[in-house]
Amino acid sequence: MTRPLVIRNVSLANGDTATLRIDNGVIVAVGVGEVGAGDAGAGDADAVVLEASGLIALPGLVDLHTHLREPGREDAETIESGSRSAARGGFTAVHAMANTTPVADTAGVVEQVWSRGREVGLVDVYPVGAVTVGLGGTQLSEMGAMAMSRARVRVFSDDGKCVHDPVIMRRALEYAKTFNGVIAQHAQDPRLTDGAQMHEGVVSAELGLAGWPAVAEESIIARDVLLAGHVGSRLHVCHVSTAGSVEIVRWAKSRGINVTAEVMPHHLLLTDESVRGYDPRFKVNPPLRTQADVDAVRAGLADGTIDIVATDHAPHPDEDKDCEWAAAAMGMIGLETALGIVQKTMVDTGLLTWEQVAVKMSTLPARIGGVDAEHGRPLTPGEPANITLVDPRDNWTVDPSATASRSNNSPFGGVELPGRAVATFLRGTPTHLDHRFEGLFA
Amino acid sequence: MKHLLSAKDLTREDAIRILDTAAQMAATQEREIRKLPTLRGKTVVNLFFEDSTRTRISFEAAAKRLSADVINFSAKGSSVSKGESLKDTALTLQAMGADAVVVRHWASGAAERLAASGWMHGSVLNAGDGTHQHPTQALLDAYTMRRHLSPEPQGAGLDGLRVAIVGDILHSRVAGSNGYLLPTLGAEVTLVAPPTLLPVGIAARPELEVFYTLDDALDAHDFDAIMMLRVQRERMTGGGAAFFPSPEEYTRLYGLDAARMARLPQHAIIMHPGPMNRGLEISAEAADSPRSVIVEQVANGVAVRMAALYLLLAGEEASA
Repeated sequence: MTRPLVIRNVSLANGDTATLRIDNGVIVAVGVGEVGAGDAGAGDADAVVLEASGLIALPGLVDLHTHLREPGREDAETIESGSRSAARGGFTAVHAMANTTPVADTAGVVEQVWSRGREVGLVDVYPVGAVTVGLGGTQLSEMGAMAMSRARVRVFSDDGKCVHDPVIMRRALEYAKTFNGVIAQHAQDPRLTDGAQMHEGVVSAELGLAGWPAVAEESIIARDVLLAGHVGSRLHVCHVSTAGSVEIVRWAKSRGINVTAEVMPHHLLLTDESVRGYDPRFKVNPPLRTQADVDAVRAGLADGTIDIVATDHAPHPDEDKDCEWAAAAMGMIGLETALGIVQKTMVDTGLLTWEQVAVKMSTLPARIGGVDAEHGRPLTPGEPANITLVDPRDNWTVDPSATASRSNNSPFGGVELPGRAVATFLRGTPTHLDHRFEGLFA
Repeated sequence: MKHLLSAKDLTREDAIRILDTAAQMAATQEREIRKLPTLRGKTVVNLFFEDSTRTRISFEAAAKRLSADVINFSAKGSSVSKGESLKDTALTLQAMGADAVVVRHWASGAAERLAASGWMHGSVLNAGDGTHQHPTQALLDAYTMRRHLSPEPQGAGLDGLRVAIVGDILHSRVAGSNGYLLPTLGAEVTLVAPPTLLPVGIAARPELEVFYTLDDALDAHDFDAIMMLRVQRERMTGGGAAFFPSPEEYTRLYGLDAARMARLPQHAIIMHPGPMNRGLEISAEAADSPRSVIVEQVANGVAVRMAALYLLLAGEEASA
């Protein structure tokens, strides 16, 4: 029997100071108002008491877009190392993308990922199922079998590849309604991006790198929102990166189309100017865009056009980044830096409150992913104790080699971030504790 | 100057210093004994990840005439089959004690990556990277223009000259380098290309004027020099991704033939970085006319590369 936990004098996202009492993985009481240092609450004697003044309690973060690489590329990441990195970043649940080897396109693979996640136990790992067999884009995978497996898959995506064929996309959107699933589209017209290396614009012209034009993303999103509207299905747009994409999603929502969208921390912070120098740590798909795009995705996230922040955590081993730009893999790790970047770009700039951060990094991703019975819950009595404690004044400098991920391909090395998760609880069990809490649970 | 990576990095003073040094080097090549002792004991590696016999032998001749030891390292590999990595190759060269590496690579930015990576300590000389830069080609072009078109070449730039660059601007590292070097030296640059073969971001470079047909450009200006770029066959026949409809149409709109040559001023010179597609971007009459300096460009290439090697390797010692 684990001891009860008391989190004292923590700030809730709405600004209230409160003390949370947790027992058996469930929040049993929330007392609003400051508690003096000497005041012991009822039943606190045998409890672990965590003094949390200055910290903010958020519902455990939920990532709708994580690459855990297992099975197949355990040299880049495993479910265990990725789970540890996620917990350290404040996440209690991640959705593991389907582009593994073998591809997560059968009930067998998704159940394996799901059960390995349970075994590790640091975050809830929810496998994403592939839309098409082998991500090949030509034949629908057995979505029903994955939905009805123990993994209970609700999000389907060929992420890494676009479901390019409009008929396949239409069928997928329609079919997913059977089990209230959602199709998460990697919007990239393959013909317009053949050999593409970076955002097409002034910088690509100068660097002599083949361009990845904004229109290759926007044209697919435009098609997909029209398809989703036509068949009355739910569409989720992965990694929105351009101002034009934000406009299209805004238009679609204004027409009542059932579309949600996500943005990545790196698209909130970095631009294609970072590519000068050809350091492949800045190579990512979709690519880093212009400052106008950064401003637009920030505004879109602030006004709700973009529903959520997801990480697109994409680990790659050194040899896939320590090379020529054109030979390098696309992607960057991001689980441990996501919250700090959101604070830096959205909270400290006045674009979002912490309450809204809780919605965009926990409540809504859980709802879109169909895991909102377990995650993204309010911090109220009776709810599962999935909690992230944030220190918004813990300025730190990102050191990619210090990550819990098996890969260190972060573009944020040396970047100063204003805050971070200092403790994460999954159903009341600490899955990440900052050194300041050392020995507390011994 | 430690490396020569991009023409964009060169100031006007740098560029003129290289051109003046090249003129001195060229003068030594008139002598009976053409070999200079300047780089004796230095090792220059020609590291070629992409075939280019012309550029390689030009660098080889330049290094040898300065008495450097030359190692040719061909590490040809396509983007699909990477083969030995750039990093491992660089570590090998470092272990062998290369003082300078002349690198030709299919990937844009490879030379810059090599110079900045810390994998090796020698000077890096970019001999063409992907569709990015080929600075010594632009320097030899500028040298050739200055020699023919400047009344007093020594110490001069290319002020007031009007130069047309015609063809595949999008993929040409020659155009990439000339697009910076020629304006730095004071020349006015006009790009002539089908819109499909111009980079989308070109509008952000107001110093580069653009025309979509060669006839429009010839109507607008009296050019002092016209540089025809090679059209690569794979660009025309990429199936649905072809950049223009047919070779015949390209020749009609962008080819330099006798009639268009006649519309150039008497003093204008005709240039081409080679190898030429005779009958496609340039007719035999134009290529072989007395105004053509195409063969001379090759000779000047050796002098310019001697100058670049000298300034990177001996210059560094002099200033240390």
